Formats: sequence, C-alpha cells, structure tokens
Amino acid sequence: MPVSEAPLSAPLNVGFDYTRSTGPVLGRFVEALRERRIEGVRGSDGRVHVPPPEYDPATAEPLTEFVPVAAEGEVVSWSWCAAPLDGQPLSRPFAWVLVKLDGADTSLLHALDAGSPENVHTGQRVRVRWADETVGHIRDIAYFLPVDAADTTPTEDPPPVAKREEGAPVSVIITPVHLRYQHSASPEESRYLRGLAEGRLLGQRCPACGKVYIPPRGACPVDGVPTTDEVELPDTGIVTTFCIVNVPFLGQRLKPPYVAAYILLDGADIAFLHLVLGCAAEEVRMGMRVRAAWKPREEWWTSLENISHFEPTGEPDAAYETFAHHL
Amino acid sequence: MPEVAVAGFAQAPNVRETAGTTNGVEMLVPILAEVFAATGLSKQDIGFWCSGSSDYLAGRAFSFIAAVDAIGAFPPIHESHVEMDAAWALYEAWLKIRTGEVDTALVYGFGKASAGQLRRVLALQLDPYVLAPLWPDSLSLAGLQARLGLEAGLWSEKDLAEVAARARADATDNPAAQLSGRVDVAELLDTPYVADPLRTHDIAPVTDGAAVLVLASAERARDLVDRPAILTGVEHRVDSPVLGARDLTRSPSTEAAARALDLDGVELAELHAPFTHQELILRRALGLNGDVRISPSGGALTGNPMFSAGLARIGEAAARIHRGEAGKTLAHATSGPVLQQNLLAVLEAR
Ligand SMILES: [Zn+2]
Repeated sequence: MPVSEAPLSAPLNVGFDYTRSTGPVLGRFVEALRERRIEGVRGSDGRVHVPPPEYDPATAEPLTEFVPVAAEGEVVSWSWCAAPLDGQPLSRPFAWVLVKLDGADTSLLHALDAGSPENVHTGQRVRVRWADETVGHIRDIAYFLPVDAADTTPTEDPPPVAKREEGAPVSVIITPVHLRYQHSASPEESRYLRGLAEGRLLGQRCPACGKVYIPPRGACPVDGVPTTDEVELPDTGIVTTFCIVNVPFLGQRLKPPYVAAYILLDGADIAFLHLVLGCAAEEVRMGMRVRAAWKPREEWWTSLENISHFEPTGEPDAAYETFAHHL
Repeated sequence: MPEVAVAGFAQAPNVRETAGTTNGVEMLVPILAEVFAATGLSKQDIGFWCSGSSDYLAGRAFSFIAAVDAIGAFPPIHESHVEMDAAWALYEAWLKIRTGEVDTALVYGFGKASAGQLRRVLALQLDPYVLAPLWPDSLSLAGLQARLGLEAGLWSEKDLAEVAARARADATDNPAAQLSGRVDVAELLDTPYVADPLRTHDIAPVTDGAAVLVLASAERARDLVDRPAILTGVEHRVDSPVLGARDLTRSPSTEAAARALDLDGVELAELHAPFTHQELILRRALGLNGDVRISPSGGALTGNPMFSAGLARIGEAAARIHRGEAGKTLAHATSGPVLQQNLLAVLEAR
C-alpha cells in the first residue's frame, strides 16, 4: 500500500427547484394564502385541520369541507432558533412555533419574529405577517408576530412561481432546494487523481482476483476488498466499444458528429469513457489502437481532463478475442 | 414459516467525521469481514442483501449503488435498498427468509452525516408543500416536542439530563460509542440552550457510521452462532406527517406496534432515541418499568450514525443474547422526523 495521504476533498453544491402540482386541497389552501386568507379542512372527527391534509388522518377518506380560519391564534409550543439556517423564514434569531389559529383545532408550524426567547411563551397571541408580495405558497405567510407588534420591516422576496394564466388558480408550487456538502474521494481514487496531476495513469490491482482497475476502486466489485497494489499504466490502449454522437445537447463542448468510446488501457481490466478524435468519426472501430493526447502540462490538475482526447496510433487493430471479455 | 434469527452483528466506530467517501465503502469493508469471520459465512453463502441509506445525506443520486462494491456484487446478487434506517432493510430481509425464498440475508446501513449540514438536510424528510419549504431543522422540531412535554409536566429538564448522564455512563463499556463518561447532572443543567429548551446533552451527536447484521433461518443460524437471537416479533407503524395534528408527547405508532407484540419478560430494551425526551416518550409508549434496562450500549445519544443507528439497536439487543447476557430483549428503531416511523423487534434465546 502506498504511503497514505489525506483523501482529496472538495465542496459539492447541489441545487434544484422542487416543482409540485398542488391538487384540489393544497391548491385551494395556497390559493387562499395568495389572497391573504387561511382555509382549513374539517376532518371526520369534526376537527378543523390547518394546514389541510388531503386525506383524513383517522379514516384516510378524502377531505372536502373547507373552513375559513383566522390569521391570528395562540402559540402551542415553541423552540428558539438562535442561529437561523439558509432558507428558513427569518435570517435573524426567531422562534419556531406551533400556532393554533382561531377556528382551527390543529396547529401550523411557522416562525415567530420576537427578538429574543424572553418575548415568547406558550399561549401567546400571535398574528400572521403576510409577505409583501403573495404568490400562492406557504411562504406567503412571511412569519408570525406578537399580536400587538408593529410590522414595518419589509419581507423577503417571494419564492419562484410557475407561469399561469392571469386569474387562473395556483396549480404548481416551486421550492428551491440548495444543499452544500464536502465531497471526499476514496484513498484509492485520490492516489489516481494526484497521479493525473503529474501526468501519470495510476491503476490499482485487486489483491484477490488480480484485476487492474483505473480509476481504482474503494473495493473490487467482484471480491469486496480494497484494491491495494499500485500499477502505473501506459497512455496507450484500444477502443473496446464506442458511439458516434450526432445529437446536439445543452452544454455540449464539441460539435457533432464526434466519438465517445470506452478506452481499455494496455494492462487494465476495465475501460473508461473518453473521446476519440484525430480521425473521421466513421473510421473509429472496435479494437482500434489509440494513444492519449495530453493537454499542455501547465493545464494539468487532478483530473482526467488532462487528457484532451485519444487518437489513433496507426498500429494494427487488436483481435476481437483479446478484448471480448472486457465488453 | 421458518423463524428468523440474528446470527451476527458488527458496527463501525461511531465518529464525528470520517475521511471516507459518502458511499460508505471504507466503513463497510472491515465490518463485513468481521461478520463473515464470526459466522464462518462467505459472500457466496448470502441469499439476499438489503441496505438502508440516503441520497440526501450523500448529496448524490443513487448513492447506494456505489456501496454495493463493498459486498462484492459479482457474480450477480439479489439486492435491495430502502431510503430509511436499515432496520427497515432488516424487515425486508426478515420477510424474505420468512417466505422461505432464502435462508440467509445480510443487512447493512451506512451514512456519512458529516458531509453535509445534517439538521438542515433532514428538513427534506418533511411534507414538501407546507413544511419543507420553511426548512425547519431537526433540532428545532425536537425542541417543540420537548417543550410540549415539559409544559404538560410529563418530564423536567432534570429528567432529560439524567437520561443523558445514564447514557454516557453506560457507553463507557461500548468501544464503538462516540460519547461516553461520567457527567454531573447539575453541571449539564448549567450549560446553555442549543435549541431552547434543548441543550447539547439532549441531542444525539452528528455521527458517521455503518452497521452490518446477518440474518438466517433459525435452523441455519444454529450453525453460525452458539446462541442465535430469534426474532420472535417484528412490527412497524407510522404516524401522520402532519406535525400539528399529532400529539407529539406520545408515540402512537410505537404504542400500536407494541400492542401486536409480547413484551412480557423483556430484560433490556435498546431504544433509538436521538433526543433525551424521546427516550421518555418511548419508555412510556412501551410500558417499560424499572426492571427493564434501557439502552445499555449508551444508545443513540452516544452515537447516532444516520441510517444505521436503528439497525445497530437490533444488533446490540441480539449481541446480548449471543453473549448469554440476556434471554429476551427488545429493540426499537426510528426513522423520519420526531419519531414519525417506529419499528420494534423482540429477540429471544431458544
Ligand atoms: Zn477482485
């Protein structure tokens, strides 16, 4: 096993807009919010639920009897949030509260803008602070305020909304989701990536079955043991299989047609995906001998992008039998 | 139908942060080797594999696929996955053996909670229309639940600190625990709030970890371990996702699951309670009196690896039987926000 260095690690930020259709119950609820009204729904036991569930919590029957409730109510429970997180209703310290609105029997979770925990107590009367611009979303309730507090602070921008006809009901809500991670490569992948920064192609051999993997793996998928023995591979190999990309798509870096191929380096037991350029697309074939075309050394980093593409060497093709078991 | 037994259990050290990947391979490879060595099984002997983990914890789609490398999935295997604590993967494996389709199964769970911001990531378990868009974090939700019980007189802050102190003292015998040691209850009560009314000791630490458990038909299990822990009952239930419609001071789903089981004679219970007050809710729901020892491993308050902590409770409860320290034990696992889903398993020596 080579001397171990800390694995490579880097921030990984993912984001997407969660886009959901609302249906008749939640649609009516958010539509009412857009008009600065709150509607609950009556359950089989007579209780008025706010926010409205689509199905009865006891009988699972669809619920259809809507009941208007007040935009004012009392705190049922609270928890102080001293250091708000991204995306929460307030960026200054606030209380999470369960609020039972007047006319409702269940409680709604939201934020209470109260300054400090000394200003919050169970049973406290609170009222909705509507967003300055309502769009048909739970965030149309910007937060709650103590019932006699002033509400001079402007609220944040509304969440994105789906396009709809003027006057048409809200049928879709959008919730942006953004998450941040620190992504780590495995020790074996890290060796490989650091090797690339030096222009070296480092594979690793499974101690059980002897197969050479590039990129190396945290565990051999056949034997379930880490690949441990380092093997430096040449930058020559063969095309095992390929496809000609004819279709343009968003973010494409090459003009079609071009060839994406599985490249099996000499001495490796697993192929990886790369580009084959340097000849006409229709000339690429299974078994064709290729060599890496490296980018200028000053552009190298810990990435297989250091190899711009593979190109034909002009040597005779490998016989099908020599790579048939690598397909 | 064949009875099913737990025949082996291993877990990775519960740690605040590993240097490994989010696919868990580095944590799983050693503990898989450990259960194979202990049971004498090899991967070819395993009839069914099932895992629990979460893409949201890893920040990658289909992240559990990469973990399959750790089990050596060639030639092809029968494998499944749940996006819940691996205790629910155990349920699926238990069914597979009950139906007679296989007579061995390996269940594993893993999670690198340290890769993201756990209390924020967990908001995405919530209703996506009216709750998740507010990003309520898991600590704040537990705080709302704890206050309801405090103000109803069901528990005091001192009760909660006593739960924490007992857990850490018990964990001194658990080499896998993340937190352990003797702590003074009065000193704990002098520490500041993290999510008023919860303090640091009320909250399970963020933990990276993994666990592996071997199941076998009771007949097969006798070849693998001296004292198999027979799963004489497994039940799970779920409560409403509408937080404001639930009585958060109770766990109706745990109560309902317990009613379907025979808990008479249980000597110890491993409870998956990530917050001190949740242990008190569970004890009440299960009707556990002072004779039943609670979470002698230290429980989730001393190490809460997401997606394997519940499975580890079943493993800990089984290991007591394997070692001859108990004849009948209870294990509990939870998944989702504020005890939404709950699974119970009764284990017995026969
Ligand atoms: Zn191998």
